[in-house]
Order: sequence, then C-alpha cells, then structure tokens
Amino acid sequence: MEILLAVIVGVLYAAGVYMLLRRSIVKFIIGIIFMSNATNLLVFLSAGLVQGSPAFVNDTTVDTAHLADPTPQALVLTAIVIGLGMVVFILALKYKYFEITGTDDLDQLKQTDTHP
Amino acid sequence: MNSIALPLLLPFAIAIGLLLVRSAVMSRWVGPLGSLAMLVVAVYLNFKVQQDGILTLNTGGWIAPFGIALVVDYLSSLMLVVSSLIAFVIALFANRNLPDDIPLSRFYFFFFTLNMGVNGAFITGDVFNLYVWFEVMLISSFVLITLGKKKAQLEGGIKYLALNIMGSMLFLAGLGLLYGKTGTLNMAHLAGILKNDHQAILMNPSSVLFFVAFGIKAAVFPLYFWLPSSYHTPDITISSLFAGLLTKVGVYTLIRFFTLFFVQDQVFWHNLLLIVAGLTMVTGGMAAATYYDTRRILSYHIISQIGYMIMGLGIFTPLAIAGAVFFTIHNMIAKTGTFIAAGLIAKIKGTYELKEVGGLYRQNPLLAVLFIIPAFALAGFPPISGFFAKFMLLKAGVDSGQYLITAIALITGFFTLYSMIKIWNEAFLKKQPEGRETGPGVKLQFADYAPLVILAGASLLMGIFAAPVFDYVMQAGDQLFEPSAYINAVLTPQLP
Repeated sequence: MEILLAVIVGVLYAAGVYMLLRRSIVKFIIGIIFMSNATNLLVFLSAGLVQGSPAFVNDTTVDTAHLADPTPQALVLTAIVIGLGMVVFILALKYKYFEITGTDDLDQLKQTDTHP
Repeated sequence: MNSIALPLLLPFAIAIGLLLVRSAVMSRWVGPLGSLAMLVVAVYLNFKVQQDGILTLNTGGWIAPFGIALVVDYLSSLMLVVSSLIAFVIALFANRNLPDDIPLSRFYFFFFTLNMGVNGAFITGDVFNLYVWFEVMLISSFVLITLGKKKAQLEGGIKYLALNIMGSMLFLAGLGLLYGKTGTLNMAHLAGILKNDHQAILMNPSSVLFFVAFGIKAAVFPLYFWLPSSYHTPDITISSLFAGLLTKVGVYTLIRFFTLFFVQDQVFWHNLLLIVAGLTMVTGGMAAATYYDTRRILSYHIISQIGYMIMGLGIFTPLAIAGAVFFTIHNMIAKTGTFIAAGLIAKIKGTYELKEVGGLYRQNPLLAVLFIIPAFALAGFPPISGFFAKFMLLKAGVDSGQYLITAIALITGFFTLYSMIKIWNEAFLKKQPEGRETGPGVKLQFADYAPLVILAGASLLMGIFAAPVFDYVMQAGDQLFEPSAYINAVLTPQLP
C-alpha cells in the first residue's frame, strides 16, 4: 500500500509540474492543486501506514504498540485547509486579472519584468 | 510566562477588532497605537530575556516536545523588537501616504495579520507551527500586494504568489520527510536527536527541501525572481513593509534551522551557502545598477543584501553569525528607510523614474539628509550601522580564511555605493530636467518625515552606540552557535 501511494505521490508531482509549465493560468492553478495534494499525501505517508488501528485510544486499551500515529493526520488536516484557502485566493485573483485584462495567457505577464 | 503569547494575541485581537468596526477614523489611530503596543511588548520581552535567559511557553499545557512550544531567545526577541519598530513606522507612513482607493481599515486588518504571522515565525519552537505562521504571513501579503487592483499589481501578485506557493509546498514536503525520519517536529527535540546522529547524510533530502523553501522566501540567488517583478508594483507603503519584514523572516528561519539542527554534513552545506551568498550579492548588485526606477533599484538591493546575511551563516563562526544578525536588523531598518524616502520623493515629484526628477537637494534639504543616512548605512559608511555589520562579517571571513567571499562582499559594497550615489545624484543633485513639470508640489509636513526620522535615527544610533548592540548580537551568536541552552530551556520539564 505504501509503495502504491508513493507512486501516486510521484505521479501527482509530475502532473503538477507539467501543468505548472503550461501557458494558461487555469492550468497553472490545476498544477498547484495537484502539487498541493501530492504534498499532503507525502506528509500523510511520512509516519507509515498502520492498517485497522485507531489513532486515539481511551484508558481501557492496553496495546499502544500498534497505534496509528495521529500527528501526520492532524498535520495533513491543517495543510488541506490551508491549501484550500490558497487555491480559493488564487482563483479569485485569476478572475480579477481576467476581468481587467481579458487574457488567460501567462506569456502576457511581461509588464512587470521588462525595462520601462 | 504568558507574556510570550502577547506578540501573537495582540495583533490578532486588533485585527478582529478592525474586522468588526470598519471605521476609517478609528483605524487611523488603531494602526500606530496597536503597533506601538507590539513594540512595547517586544521591548519588554527583550529585557526579560536578557534578565532571565531563554523564555518558553508550552501552549495548551502540553509539555514539550509534544505540544507547541513558543520560545523567545536572544535572536527571536531582537527580531521581534526590530520588526515591531518597522510595523510602527509603516503605520505612521500609511496614515499619511496610503492612496484613497485602499480603505485604511482593510489595509490595517491585513497589516496586523501579517505582523501576527511574522511574530509567530520568530517565536515558535515547532516546525509545523512555523509552517502555519508562514501561511498566515503569505496570505496576508498576497492580499496586500493586490490590494490596489491595478493591472501591474495583479500581475506582480500572480508572480509573487506562484513562487511563494511553491516554496510553501516544498516546506511542507520537507517537514513531512523530517517527521518521518525523526518522529518529532519540536525544534529543540530535533536538535537533541540530530546532534548525536551518525547517519547525518540521511537528513539531506529534508534539509534541501527546507533550504529551497526558505531560499525562495529569503530571495537568494537562483530563486529570487519573484521579488524584483512584484515588489515595485504595489503602493510604496506596502513595498516598504514587505522590504523590511518578509525576506528577513526567510533569513531568520535559515539561520535558525542551519544553526540548530541541520548541522550535519557541514562541509557541503557551508560551501553551498557561501556560493549562493556570493552569487546573490553580485547578481542583485549588478542588476540594481541597470535600472532607473528607485523602487526597482531598491528591490534588487534587497536581494544583494540578503547575500551578506547568508554569507555570515555560511562562514559559521560565532562572530560571523553575530554579524549576520547585526546585518539583518541593520538592513531591516535601513532598507525600509530608503523605501520610505523613495515614497516621499515620489510624493513630491509624482514619479519614481530617476530620469524625470532632480533638484531635490535645493528644494528639500531635510529629505536629502534623511535619505542619505539610511542610504549610506546600506553602503557601509562609518559611523552608521551598516559599517559595523559589514566589518563583523568581513573580519569573520578573514579570520576563518574565506578570502574569496570576503573579496566578493567588499566588491559588492561598491555596487551598493554606486546605486545609492546614482539615486543621490539623479534625484537630489542634478538640476530638474528641462521640460518636465516640477511635480504636484506637495508640501511635506512633519508627519510625513516622522517615519523616516525614526528610522534614520535608529540607524544612526545603532552606529554610534555600536558597542552595546555588538555585545548583544555576540551573545545571540554564541547562543545560536552553541544551542545546548536552547535545547535545555525547551525540553526541561516545567511546572505549569
């Protein structure tokens, strides 16, 4: 299972980078979403997967050796929420940019880099 | 020890208050007074650290390393003081200078959330918590940079956002790998584990990810391209705020991480840091020389100066690290000062383009003096702050036999001087170009000068009273170089 997830992380990163390098801003945002999900999965995987065990126990449970580690799950929850906020903001920014310039082409974004 | 949480709670409470009461008249008072309160808290914490040693707070009553620890040591408290000073000055500047299409209450809301993120990054002792503060800081800065909703600002905002969001993801990925290998995210605990680790090379995947992530935030050599293409787009108030605070948080985290727990494999890392530092200095300094827009010149200068701070980290002796700390605080003050001076020039003349302005020395000698102090501080003239900071770095470089980087640092000093002299000549000394309007003819009042007076004064005082500052940063450098005090302070169980 870990191998499979690791492969998925790799594929998501590759797809994300591919989309980031496209010329359209929307595709760029899709790339961001891919990469953010790949990162979340990576963090989730970092503590290893434990099958069928709870992350939290009450006082009656004795065997603490086979518990799932709750920390990465908590971290990933936080990271997902933050990632969602970022994506919402960048979508709003893209909408505003489209409203003002009427273009979705990243190659048009040269104004702030060139000599005036 | 609950006062440690005040640098976070105070801006948070003010931001919430501003969200509920959207009065422009009230914001005008809340902005400077709130940031002044932050400054008072920071100074209080600084005194307390000097008195009692490292302060820690285990939030929620969870004993470290399980809970989130807030730690204030010499470096953190110094950064808190300087960043709150910058915030106070920018609040004064914003009241006079922010254009009418940006509502003050909205600006101050994001201003205080940004400061909360910056303060949080300075005092947290937990890697994931640091990530969260970074995100708080980033999302506030995204909104601030696009607040004017002009085309250039949105474009700059997209570029700024694109690279910084990548940096955040790399940060998170590095954090995941770090947790997978060590099972902890508490910085002191990590330091304790990794100090006696014999498979240090295994840490390099995470440290590379962290280095790239913080390198993007700090704008070091191959990763800085977002900065010059976005910093000149927003209103100058916001540019000055970013110039003073944001990249320095990246430098702070680099210093923290690479002195506290990424200390394995030193040969590789210190050489890499020195190479990056040299290239950052030279490329930033040379690029600045090609522009005639004050904001672009100063933006490239931020990059060039970041190189000095990384150089101190790469030399890695107590003196070098102390020099890097000194340089960081000097740079925060002087850089914000030059940006504000550029804003005042534009306020009088109506443009940032140096070819179209001139004659300011005759028109406004006070502004000339107030510009030349932070500008010469950046160039490293005695007896202003920059001279001593640079001297410490150069001495540390010579002492440890790093002659090449020392030479590069010296040469870059001339680039800095060239750019500052260029602004000085073009804006102040040369005559007003013929056929150009003399600008909107705004008469500056004392309130316009006040922020610049404070910063120039701070820069000058740091130079004249360099000895106490030197003692302080040397202690900070020793504390960073020998982190056992930090580790003990955090990990020793405390009674609530």
